[in-house]
Amino acid sequence: MEINVLYYLLPSLVMFCCGIYGFLTRKNMIAMLISLELMLNAVDINFTVINRFIYPDGQEGMFFSLFAIAIAAAETAMAIAIIINLYRVNKNVDVRDANKLQG
Amino acid sequence: MNPIIPLLILCLPLLGFLVLGLLGHKMSHKAAGWYGVLSMGTTMVLAYITAATYFFSNDAAFITEAGNRLQHIIFNQDWLQFTDSLIIRLGFLLDPISALLIVVITTISFCVHLYSLGYMEGEKGFQRYYAFLQLFSFSMLGLVVATNIFQMYIFWELVGASSYLLIGFYYTRPSAVSASKKAFIVTRFADLGFLIGILILSYVTGTFDFTDFTSVQDGSSYAVALNTPMGILARFQGATFMGCSLLTWALVLIFMGGMGKSAMLPLHIWLPDAMEGPTPVSALIHAATMVVAGVYLVARLFPLYLMEEAALMFITVVGAITAFYAAVVACTQIDIKRVLAFSTISQIAFMMVSLGVARPEFHESLGYMASMFHLFTHAMFKALLFLGAGALIHAVHSNDYTAMGGLRKYMPITHITFLIGCLAIAGIPPFSGFFSKDEILSACYQQSWIWGAWMSMVAGLTAFYMFRLYYLIFWWDEPDYGHHKPHDGPWVMSLPLVFLAAVSCVAGFIPFGTLVSWNGVPYHIHIDWMGVALPSIIIAVAAIALATVMYRKKNSLPEKFAKASCGLWTAAHNRFYWDEIYLFITHKIIFNGICRPIAWFDRHIIDGSMNGLAWLAQRLSITIRPLQSGSVQAYVYIYLFGALLLGAITTACVLL
Amino acid sequence: MEILYTIVALAIIIFSVLTVTTRKILRAATYLLFTLFGAAIIYFMMDYEFLGAVQIAVYAGGIVVLFVFAILLTTKPGHNSEKLESRRRGWGICAAVLTAGITGYALLSRCCSLLGAKPDMEFLTMNKLGEYMLSTDRGGYLLPFEAVSVLLLACIIGAVAVARKR
Repeated sequence: MEINVLYYLLPSLVMFCCGIYGFLTRKNMIAMLISLELMLNAVDINFTVINRFIYPDGQEGMFFSLFAIAIAAAETAMAIAIIINLYRVNKNVDVRDANKLQG
Repeated sequence: MNPIIPLLILCLPLLGFLVLGLLGHKMSHKAAGWYGVLSMGTTMVLAYITAATYFFSNDAAFITEAGNRLQHIIFNQDWLQFTDSLIIRLGFLLDPISALLIVVITTISFCVHLYSLGYMEGEKGFQRYYAFLQLFSFSMLGLVVATNIFQMYIFWELVGASSYLLIGFYYTRPSAVSASKKAFIVTRFADLGFLIGILILSYVTGTFDFTDFTSVQDGSSYAVALNTPMGILARFQGATFMGCSLLTWALVLIFMGGMGKSAMLPLHIWLPDAMEGPTPVSALIHAATMVVAGVYLVARLFPLYLMEEAALMFITVVGAITAFYAAVVACTQIDIKRVLAFSTISQIAFMMVSLGVARPEFHESLGYMASMFHLFTHAMFKALLFLGAGALIHAVHSNDYTAMGGLRKYMPITHITFLIGCLAIAGIPPFSGFFSKDEILSACYQQSWIWGAWMSMVAGLTAFYMFRLYYLIFWWDEPDYGHHKPHDGPWVMSLPLVFLAAVSCVAGFIPFGTLVSWNGVPYHIHIDWMGVALPSIIIAVAAIALATVMYRKKNSLPEKFAKASCGLWTAAHNRFYWDEIYLFITHKIIFNGICRPIAWFDRHIIDGSMNGLAWLAQRLSITIRPLQSGSVQAYVYIYLFGALLLGAITTACVLL
Repeated sequence: MEILYTIVALAIIIFSVLTVTTRKILRAATYLLFTLFGAAIIYFMMDYEFLGAVQIAVYAGGIVVLFVFAILLTTKPGHNSEKLESRRRGWGICAAVLTAGITGYALLSRCCSLLGAKPDMEFLTMNKLGEYMLSTDRGGYLLPFEAVSVLLLACIIGAVAVARKR
């Protein structure tokens, strides 16, 4: 069995779709954030794999993943700060209660 | 000539207006009043210097070797440049009539300034009053020295605005407020015609300048070269609109502006009401200066009018009808200021008729000279009469002659000066009115005996109503004046009266023809004693005699007379119902017939469509509001759907 | 190699599905950790050792710990989230399957021409990576590097400002 690029992209696709499913169905905001991380990681894998298999001369995909990880860390920190703040107000982390900005 | 003095003539009143208007409330009444008087006095002296230089210096810029007077532009500053050729300038044009007018304006204005020190003493808004007087003087001077018709129009409107301000000086009185509105609206309406006339004229000729319009090619005829603006105009006489040439339309429309300002029928209705203003203002604006602006306008464009006999004919007819109408109405009014107002209308109509009958064929356009002559003398004696009336009103505190009578004993100075004014306007030699009126009648007779006879009749009426007024005020029956007997005003009020009376006595002997004529060629007045002067004196004396019989002592003759006139007296007393006609037209026809439907259209169609749009936007926003649900996952569904759609489309387009 | 790949791929698929389906939130975080480890192993298999190390250090060491803290702060221990109503789950599955269908189709139709074994690559030493990071030439990433450092600083301040008690 020759392991080509599709073999690597398949698990990342599954990961991504799981992320979408989780993001759309979970009510706990932290669970949603976890789903978000899944999606982000799936994309990172895609970048890296395609870089490695198809453009092995450059390192753009790898660096993109690297920076994405850094930014994801920042984003998670911010998101969790906001969630905790919301928890103080609502006494829970249900996303359905965080709808004060509706029209 | 050094442009400093003419510039100062314009700038001093403007400065006075600014100083008194902006800082007046910080000044005492006395300081503000004397500042105004001194400013105007200086302007008057400068105007005298300018006029004397123009008339008597024999400078080559002002007069030719042969003695023909020239138009001279002292300065002409570009102000608005629309295109290369269409430039609006502000300048100072010196020619016989503008030199004459600046003298008249500054003299009367100075007299009124001085007089107002006494008349307006202690009034609320004294400084404001003086500021407005200065503004008016500035605008009027700017009007008469205009180098082009557009500058004239600008100052024309300024004059109207200052007149509005001064009529409405007692702004707490509703009658004064409505009178000022009436004056402003009626003259504005007339100015619309003026503006259209200006536009036609300048569109055809491509110029605004008076010197281009009115330069006379040779001394006597008005044949014009075809390359000048007048030549262009002559060619445009071919273009017609509704049966009249374009030039006729332009000139008649410009004259319409003059009709508004000079209170010719049917736009005269504002002038009697304008008497709501303080009496010195009536003397300055509504008797001596502003109302003759219409005459001045026609005189200014006289060579143009000469090219179009129809327009001159129109002026003559309007003037003649107005003169008679106003004289008849003046015979029946009770308010002495209204008598004088109608007398003013009648006298201005005299000037208009005089201009209308002037032709170069007859004694070098005698009518033009006569009109300017009468303008001068009328300004003096009518200002005198108004200031005298002001003194009476000041003493008696009423505008109606019914509250007066027998005043000759109490107010000798006013009595004598008023009598001189009456004699002057009635045309008794040697007072000034005789000479100028005689010239006008001569001019009328030269055109046609009809006009001559008509105007002689009006002159007789003039003598009658003036002496009716005189006798009713100073003789007739003495009412009960109570403890406070009427008395002459302070010296600041008497001095202008005496001065103007003196001028009215001697002004007739000024050799006016050598100073002012339509083409600058001097003209020597000679009085046609047998043909014109003697009959007119006889008519005047007869009219005065009739007035003496009727009004010298209290009797029942006037009442019998009024009863016997089959309603004519009542009709004249109500000014032949002109105001009612106007009210009917404006209220019944214009307001109900035109404005109502327009208002309905505005309210229901225009506002309705706007409100409908607003309603639609509101409904729409309410409808789409739930989209902004605040639920993150709903947003993500929509976003995902969009992203997938885009992805599917891309896949379908690129890969298939 | 094939065996390792099979294990990792299965692990990623199974754990990511478990991450989004488990009702215990703490378990979801744990499954996420395993998934992230799987991703890190893929990076190692791609010969990007540094990236794999960063993945483990930042995600496993940082983010997941953060998640665990947040979960412990906001949920009572042993608390299960309520069962999903079927309509919600149905929509979620629909969206996920639709996405998988469209992207999978695009992937398959596009990448068929690019199939092939892993090509050789010059080994990316730490030294070289550092040079890439701090170079301004083509293929250099100084600007994003600095931008990320500023972003992280801003993020620290922002997190403090947002979560601060007032």
